This record gives sequence, C-alpha cells and structure tokens, in this order.
Amino acid sequence: MGLHISNAPFIYNKDTTRSLMLDVILALLPTTLAGIFFFGLGALLHVLVGTASAMLAEYAYQKLTHKPVRIRDCSAALTGMLLALNMPVSAPLWVTLIGSAVAIVLVKELFGGIGDNFMNPALTARAILMASWPVAMTAYTQPVFSLGLQADAVSSATVLHGLSATPLQMFLGFIPGTIGEVSKAAILIGFLYLLLKGVITWHIPVIYVGSYALLALALGNNVLNGVLSGGMLFGAVFMATDYVTNPMTRRGQVIFAVGCGVFTCLIRNFSSYPEGVTFAILLMNIATPLIDKYVKGARVYGKGKK
Amino acid sequence: MEKKQSLSGVFMNGVITENPTFRLVLGTCPTIAVTTNAVNGIGMGLAATFVLVGSNLVISLLRNFIPDKVRIPAFVVVICTFVTMVQMLLQAYVPVLYESLGLFIPLIVVNCIILARAEAFASKNAPLASVMDGLGMGLGFTAAITIIGCIRELFGSGSLFGLNIMGAGYQPMLILVLAPGGFIVFGMVLGIANIIMKRADAKKAAKEGAQA
Amino acid sequence: MNELLKILMFMVSCVLTHNFIFSRFLGNCPFLGVSNKVETAVGMGVAVTFVMALASLFTWLVYHLVLVKLGLRYLDTIAFILIIAGLVQFVEMFIKKSSPSLYKALGIYLPLITTNCAVLGVAVLNVSEGYNLLYSVLNGTFGALGFLLAIVLMAGVRERLETSDIPEPFRGFPICIIIAGLMSVAFMGFSGFGG
Repeated sequence: MGLHISNAPFIYNKDTTRSLMLDVILALLPTTLAGIFFFGLGALLHVLVGTASAMLAEYAYQKLTHKPVRIRDCSAALTGMLLALNMPVSAPLWVTLIGSAVAIVLVKELFGGIGDNFMNPALTARAILMASWPVAMTAYTQPVFSLGLQADAVSSATVLHGLSATPLQMFLGFIPGTIGEVSKAAILIGFLYLLLKGVITWHIPVIYVGSYALLALALGNNVLNGVLSGGMLFGAVFMATDYVTNPMTRRGQVIFAVGCGVFTCLIRNFSSYPEGVTFAILLMNIATPLIDKYVKGARVYGKGKK
Repeated sequence: MEKKQSLSGVFMNGVITENPTFRLVLGTCPTIAVTTNAVNGIGMGLAATFVLVGSNLVISLLRNFIPDKVRIPAFVVVICTFVTMVQMLLQAYVPVLYESLGLFIPLIVVNCIILARAEAFASKNAPLASVMDGLGMGLGFTAAITIIGCIRELFGSGSLFGLNIMGAGYQPMLILVLAPGGFIVFGMVLGIANIIMKRADAKKAAKEGAQA
Repeated sequence: MNELLKILMFMVSCVLTHNFIFSRFLGNCPFLGVSNKVETAVGMGVAVTFVMALASLFTWLVYHLVLVKLGLRYLDTIAFILIIAGLVQFVEMFIKKSSPSLYKALGIYLPLITTNCAVLGVAVLNVSEGYNLLYSVLNGTFGALGFLLAIVLMAGVRERLETSDIPEPFRGFPICIIIAGLMSVAFMGFSGFGG
C-alpha cells in the first residue's frame, strides 16, 4: 500500500509533526467556514477562543513545569480547533475555554505531552463538558441562514432527536448541530484533502461508517439519517483517525473502526444519550493499548518504539 | 535523631507523616465514593475514626491473648462489631447521613486503613498509644476526605457544607460530583499533596543541612 | 422471552452501566494495586470473579435462609465477611494447586480479596436491592466481569504509559486514579443501558 508515512517516528519529530498538524488544520477549514456560514460570527469566535486558549494552556503548562515549549508544533492549536468545532454555537465562550484547558492539561500534558495521551484530548474534553454543563452543550440551534436571516438563533431538536430534514439539507448542513459537524459536504472535502496528502488512509473512516450502517440496518434504524446527522462523519474523519489514540497495525485499526461503529450505534439506540460518536471513539481509545498488545501485524505508523 | 514514641508524636504521625489517604493511599473507595460533598466527607471520616479508635483499643487490650494464627479473623470480628455499632448509631441519630453514605458504612469493615492499623500498630503497642494512633489516623483520613469533599462540592454544586457560596450566577461543573469527578479530583489532590510534601521535605533537609 | 431479555439487559448493565470500578467505586485497591501488567490483571480479575460469584450465592443463602429466619439480620456484615474469608481461603488453595505460576504472580493480593470491598459490597448490595437468588448470582458474576474488564483496560493503558514522561509527583497512584477518571468519562456513554 502506498503509504507516505510509514518510516520515521514522526510523532516525535517537530517539523513533521508541525506539517502534519497544519495539514489537518487546513482540512478543517472547509467545515469551519461552513460553520461560520451557517451559524454566523459566533462560530468564528468559538474557534478563535478554543485555539487560543489551548495554545495558551500548553504554553503556561510547559513554562510552569520547565519543559521545552512546543506550541509551534501546532498540535495544541489543532486540539483547540477540534474542540471548538464540537461545540454548539449557542454555548458560552467560557465553556470552550475551560474545555481547551482541560483537553491540554488534564488529558494530554499530564501524561507527558504529545504522543503520550491515551485518549483523544478534544473528545475527552467534550465529554467532560457535556457531563458538566449538559444544557449548554446540547442547546443546538437552527442554522441562521436556513430560516431566513434572523439574528436570534432558535434552539431546536436535532435530527437524532426526531427533527425531520431532507438528505440534501443534511448533506449540505442546513440542520442544527455543533459548529463543525453539520456540513457533510465540507467534511468530505477535508477528507479528500487528507487522503490526497496521505495524512490518513480511508480505512478507519469508511469501516467506521460502514459497520455503523450495517448494525443500524439490522436494528431497523434510519441509516441515512444516522450517517448524515450528528457527529458521525466529523468523528470518523477527524477524531477516530488521531494517530496517537488508535492502533498501530492495520488489523488493529479495522477492529478499532468496527468497535467505533458498533458502540456508536448501540449508544444511540440504548443509552440515555442521543448521540454516541464521542463516547464510542473514547471507548475504543481506551481499548487501543490492548489491541496493540494482542493484534500483531505490519505497523502502519512508525510510532511506538521509543 | 531518635524517634520518640510520644503520644502526640503517634497522633501527628497519623495526621501528617503517614496520612492514610495522601501518604499511604489506603481506603480509596470511600474517598472517591462519598466525597460528593463536605458533610459526607466528615461523616464518613468520623465514622471510620470511631471504628479505628475502638478496634485499636480492643485489639491492643487483647493483643496478648489472641493466638497469632487466627489474629486476622479475630481482628475482623472486632472491627465488624464496631462497624455494626456505628451503623446502628447513625441509623438512629442521623438517618439522612446514614442514607447518603449507604453501602459504604458496612464497607468500613474492609477499609484497609483499619485492618492495617490493627496489624501494624494495635497488635504491638499499649492501649493508650493505640488509641492515639487510631485517633490520628482517623482524623488524618477525615481531614483528607473532607478536603476532597469541599473541592467537589464547591465547584461541582457551588456550595460548601450545604451553604450556597458561589452565588446564583455560578454554573457548577456537574462532572465533579459525578463518578469521573471523584477520581479526577482525588488524583489531582494526591499529586498536588505530593508536590507540597516534597517541597516541605526539601526545606527541612536544607534547614538540617544548614545546622550541621 | 421477555423475562430472558430482561435478564440479558441486567447482565449488560452489571458489566457496563453499573461497573464496579467506574460507577460503584468498589474494588479500587486491587484495581490500582495489581494493574501494572495485563497478565496479572487478568489473573486478579478471574480470581475476583470466582470469589464474587460464589460469595453472592452463599451470602444470599445464609442471609435469607438463616439470618432472616432467626431474626439475626443485624449480624449480616459479620456473617458475610466470615463467608468471604472462608471462600478466599478455598480459592487460594485451589489456585495454589492448579496454577503455581498464577499463585506466585498474584502474590499478596490473593488473601487481600477478603478485604476487596467489591466482594463484601456485592453481598450487601444484593440484600439492599432485594435481588432474588438468580439476580444476586448474576449481579456477583457480571459485576465481577465488569471489574475484570476495568482492571484489564487499566493495565493496558499503564503498560503503554510505562515510558511516558509523567510529572514526577503524579507518578504511581495519582496518575492511575486520573486514568480511571478519564476512563469513567468514556463509560458514561453506557448510562441508561439496560434501564
């Protein structure tokens, strides 16, 4: 398989890390712009606050602990951006700020910094925020443009809660949701970019969505709605593919992706939460060390050996 | 320096030097489970202290009569008796606290701190010293879990000992009174306690070094 | 059929939703103490499962057939702990005979199952929740499997973090407890499973 990324232990190399992170940030731009288009400048504010506070938190922590300051590798910026894109636009900005700080300090730096976190920092922070301020974190609003140009956002149920929307509306993003997850078209543009640059391969996102679709079909869910609404595509493309927190071998990654799909479907159907993408990926993050221990095969990444 | 086993020394050993929560990391289950607020922390701590003092006293009195082979079962029976007493007392006089501590009252029986003190101290020392040891360890435990309870209650529900402190505008960080908050706050407090104690040790060492 | 489904849901909720570590806070001592290697974690988990299943069975029988009949309910804690201590002795002898290497690996933790609060905890829970015999044994068995799952996941993460640059004051217990906290964040996803 033509992988460009299989030799060097790049996670520990500053320059490659930086260019990798910048590629992902670039891939996030279409969906960020879509978020701003749908939800207004408030969305931009969330992204700015999230990114800035994540970088600040990393800088402060590394200064305080006398470690080399590594904010130039852009991984903190990416984490902050991912978190902000996982926020509903109506959430207060201080929630995003706290989330970024939690992601960087508690989930990443405390374990030794980049490459040592065992759970995805942005997703873990999102789950913590959801448990802490459930009302603010689930107050989804209709996109401003979809209901004409009204200034006040109208809070609304999401498609997963029973709102009806056409597939085209869902695909383009004319539905309530978090800033980054609504426009599937924009997410797919980012996905294509990451594929072309060889930053990620198709396996995890496609297998994730595929296994979800199969189980959802078996359980009699509306598969199209399930895939095109909620955080599924955003999670599959940008969260589940995080190098640090998914398995090192291809076979391990397949198990990881199937697990993500299955848990997403089970949580959506059986838990008290309407959305399961965040928890499903986090659960598979936790299982990743065991998958790496017991599933042998060719390594996809040059990480691990230290 | 010769270690003097004065009664106050035995007491302070439990509260600070060998604090069961921060230094020995024993009794972690109640530390995480019941610390959703400060009152629960104090209640749990005092209940455990009562059992510790009682069992230490009785075991110390009986230390020359209990055959070595059956000492652990014997200790457990003594501890169990005191736990049953506490259980009945709480149920009768503070039913609200009894309800909120729930399962963790009978589980004082298997709190490692108590059996560990019976084995390591009470079975080898005189009654008075054993009582002081139980008191010190118990209050050290109480202090530690009350601190954790205060932090979780203050930020997780905006109050302290049931009094609203943070004002109406404060939006509490609910996760702190949920399961993950129990673990995370305890872990953070433990780490910070390590930092503080390391600094204190370094200071002491520097002082002694200067005197020498 | 309906009853069967109910039992199935109960088993799932025992493992995931009401996980002994992540939501009931029982059994932390071995969870933190014996989780540095996956292999020993599996051994400990299996031993605990064995003891918890048997303990649920025997404590239920003794409580309902002896203590309640004789009006000695207040002796439940002491009766339970004695039953558990006996069971642990038995399991210890059994493992010593059948697998000396496992016995060696579990070391001092085996007798400590007596003071594993998950075991006494499940006995007390079975009574306070009013479970019948079947549900008590299921609660013990699948609750223990939840413990096994938790301790093995924990050991996996700890093995991975062995070489990580964790700040010195946080090494050991503090970081383990924080890992457990982050894991329980993920396990919140199971809330509501099985009602």
